[in-house]
Amino acid sequence: MTIRQKRIVDVPTLLVIALLGGPVLAGLAGTALPAFGYLPVLGHETVSLEPMRRLFETPGLAKSAALSFSTGLAASLASLAIVLVFTAGWSGTRTFRRLARFLSPLLSVPHAAAAIGLAFLIAPSGFLVRLASPWATGWTRPPDVLILNDPFGVAMTLGLVAKEVPFLFLMTLAALNRPHIHDTYRAGASLGYGRLATFFKLILPQIYPLIRLPMLAVIAYATSVVDVAEILGPATPSPLAPRLVGWMNDPDLSLRLMASAGALLQLAVTTAALLAYLGLERLTVRLLRSRLFSGHRHAHDTSGRLAGLFLMLAVILAMGLSLVLLGLWSLARSWWFPAALPQHLDVMRFADMAVMGAPALWATLALAVSAAGVATAVTLWLLEARDAAGRTTGARLKALVFLPLLLPQIGFLFGLQMLFLHAGLTGTFAAVLLAHLVFVLPYAVLALSDPWARLDPRYGKAAASLGASRARIFWRIRLPLLLRPVLVTFAVAAAVSVGQYLPTLMIGAGRIVTVTTESVALASGGSRQAAALYALLQLLIPLGGFVLAALVPALVHRNRAAMRLERG
Amino acid sequence: MTRLLAVTLGLLATLLLPVAAQETAPAGDSKWQDVLREARGQTVYFHAWGGEPRINAYIGWAAREVVRDFGVRVIHVKVSDTATVVSQVLAEKSVAKSSGGAVDLVWINGENFAAMKSQGLLAGPGWAETLPNWRHVDIENKPTVKVDFTVPTDGQESPWGMAKLVFMYDSARLDTPPASLEALLAHARDNPGRFSYPQPPNFYGTTFLKQILVDTVEDRDALSRPVDTARFADLSAPVFAYLDELHDLMWRQGNAFPKNAAHMRQLLADGALDIAFSFNPGDASGAIANGELPPSVRSFVLDGGTIGNTHFVAIPFNSSNTAGARVFANYLLSPEAQSRKQDPEFWGDPTVLNVAALPGREKALFEALDLGPATLTPEDLGPVLPEPHPSWVSALEKSWIARYGAN
Repeated sequence: MTIRQKRIVDVPTLLVIALLGGPVLAGLAGTALPAFGYLPVLGHETVSLEPMRRLFETPGLAKSAALSFSTGLAASLASLAIVLVFTAGWSGTRTFRRLARFLSPLLSVPHAAAAIGLAFLIAPSGFLVRLASPWATGWTRPPDVLILNDPFGVAMTLGLVAKEVPFLFLMTLAALNRPHIHDTYRAGASLGYGRLATFFKLILPQIYPLIRLPMLAVIAYATSVVDVAEILGPATPSPLAPRLVGWMNDPDLSLRLMASAGALLQLAVTTAALLAYLGLERLTVRLLRSRLFSGHRHAHDTSGRLAGLFLMLAVILAMGLSLVLLGLWSLARSWWFPAALPQHLDVMRFADMAVMGAPALWATLALAVSAAGVATAVTLWLLEARDAAGRTTGARLKALVFLPLLLPQIGFLFGLQMLFLHAGLTGTFAAVLLAHLVFVLPYAVLALSDPWARLDPRYGKAAASLGASRARIFWRIRLPLLLRPVLVTFAVAAAVSVGQYLPTLMIGAGRIVTVTTESVALASGGSRQAAALYALLQLLIPLGGFVLAALVPALVHRNRAAMRLERG
Repeated sequence: MTRLLAVTLGLLATLLLPVAAQETAPAGDSKWQDVLREARGQTVYFHAWGGEPRINAYIGWAAREVVRDFGVRVIHVKVSDTATVVSQVLAEKSVAKSSGGAVDLVWINGENFAAMKSQGLLAGPGWAETLPNWRHVDIENKPTVKVDFTVPTDGQESPWGMAKLVFMYDSARLDTPPASLEALLAHARDNPGRFSYPQPPNFYGTTFLKQILVDTVEDRDALSRPVDTARFADLSAPVFAYLDELHDLMWRQGNAFPKNAAHMRQLLADGALDIAFSFNPGDASGAIANGELPPSVRSFVLDGGTIGNTHFVAIPFNSSNTAGARVFANYLLSPEAQSRKQDPEFWGDPTVLNVAALPGREKALFEALDLGPATLTPEDLGPVLPEPHPSWVSALEKSWIARYGAN
């Protein structure tokens, strides 16, 4: 069979290149030029290494960079370990199905909200201490101990783990959603392998390629996170990313040059963490290869399984409690230490604020649905077109798609803002939508390309041999088979869109107000009640998305036993 | 009784407002009439810090008033940090967008104003002093309405409210608060771990540093000039000597700090700290009314005075709704708006007006205010120490970060 090699790039590929490449290049230029001293608007017109020199003279810079690297990598590795051990030990059981139901909605909790809730849970004046005070501890005032903002970033790492576990879990779940996985489990069991051994020796090698890219995205995110670091992270000094934001927002405008130089350093730190992970990956494979073939059955793995369950339960409980506490705070007027429950509730104010938040909620919904819809559709179009052209998603395209996730937003947005201002688009819904797409589209491609690639091509071939057109194969075969991953992609994309703060603020120029911009503005003030309420509003839309992604396939596939995610 | 009077007067003011609005524009001032005419139908995007629901509600109220009386629509764009607004205007300038800018009016002062002014990001000078209500502003006793952190405003920003560093303590836990920096250090020695301040470069933390600087510096005149790098180490030595001693006695031994003033206030409410501070003398009363602080909280200031300044609203160079922005700025200066702002029930922010010189009816608006249980009277607030030149801020912050911010 000879397929004529198409030299011309197809339309959706061009579209993705335009949607991501333009903004990324503009953003990179807007970051790199000031980093080398070129920012004409502030009167800096000569290229120099001065910003770099200033950056490296900043006290505590090495420590900040080291913190970003270590907390990000540690949190990502810990999250992956928890997810894999839990999945290995319990996949296919009733416990697994029950906990899975809790975990997916947790993905919709915004990072900042999770961090605020967690801070209130574990702080010295927090809920856990209050439960035991003063009757057991004798404390009528909070003890002066350094639990949050510890210099090694332990609290921050925990916060990131609590947030990344649901994401990686969902990605693992999607990876497991393929034929023959259960046969493999049965084969392993019949050969006397323990559950953990079956998973790590037989199943993980099959599904790991699908988890790898999400894992890299998690590392890139965790090494450059701003909000979690600000709430839970060390402060003397902070990790690199929050310091960048501080310089970028300093009234002393000349610090912007140094901030751009810092953005390049952040890029280097993130890249280093990614390379370190890839190195670890190789090392693990090399060291463990022999053990894969050793034939050890590891039949007694109860303690390992229990550890996985315990850690997963801890994550779910911590996140669940944090959410309940946020809910209580949104109703609380006064809630002072050591009261375990609010002293005064104020439902009127809650209602007032909820009504005031309604317009922002609608704007957020419109943006999230449009961004997720466009991103999912473009991704499907891209995958289908490249399939038809006989190409897989090439490495270069993947690199381009992945780039916006690697660039620290703060350094890259100033350039993006300039681009939109030149185009005269700033402050319009379309502009904000385009800006969101830069960050949403990569996640959509990330979430969908592997399920797409893993779809058994014989279904399509069988249909084609029966005379079905490409369009008919797409609509009648592929889309229904991929309904769940497509909906999950949509939900992830919507959640990413809802989470965008800086792009909405800078490109929206204050004309587009979302619950996220409102929530960050309120979080800068003192009203915990208002901050908690907006954090909850922020959660509503992604939560709705994930509920739909779970319900719709269940309804549509109610009479398709093989299409259900988990079989007994 | 006073509350009833206040309500009655408030109602009266609302009824009389259209009349008052007419009055504030003298018939002869045809230029202002032109501004009013031009402003009608304009939409003003007012970028202002949105972290405090009470302030947001106040801005919402003022917006409703001006749309009703002058046909100017004001939209409050809530920002978490005014520096992002500076960024916005800067980005617009760099692509030569000289009209139709996103920002029509911005709540600003100090460093951000100095930065915008020196980069030419503000509308031309003088407009603020042509507002009809400018005549009520207390230029004589409140010099900071024309000089913002030693930088002359040149009428490029219109005063909105007065700020003064005021400390708070919980009288249920502490009998007599420390009324000097020495006493504060002694208190920390006796009660380790119960004092802290927001981490510089947070505005409030930096203000605390400036307070120590102004209190301890030998040559106060040097502070009104741009910082002399050669002398900075000498002049600031007492500040860091003081902090070196204080930090070991502080909350978390100075390894962690409150994020901002609001966080510090929360720590006071939880009893984690003995003392918090604010830039708004009415803050404690407002927070008590709001349920954020226990009713036993009271305010105090340091002997010898505390730092004070003024906060303003300014129009960027590329606003296309300057008439509407001026009408709103003028309304914010009106006795009605200023007296409501000073009421801790709504906000509790001190007025920039010369209350004594106001006409009787408008003066009564202020006299009827119940400033709340934790607000000091103007006499008890003590002398106002002027802000140092903005360049001191970055010098102090830099030294602070080098010493304490990167262990």
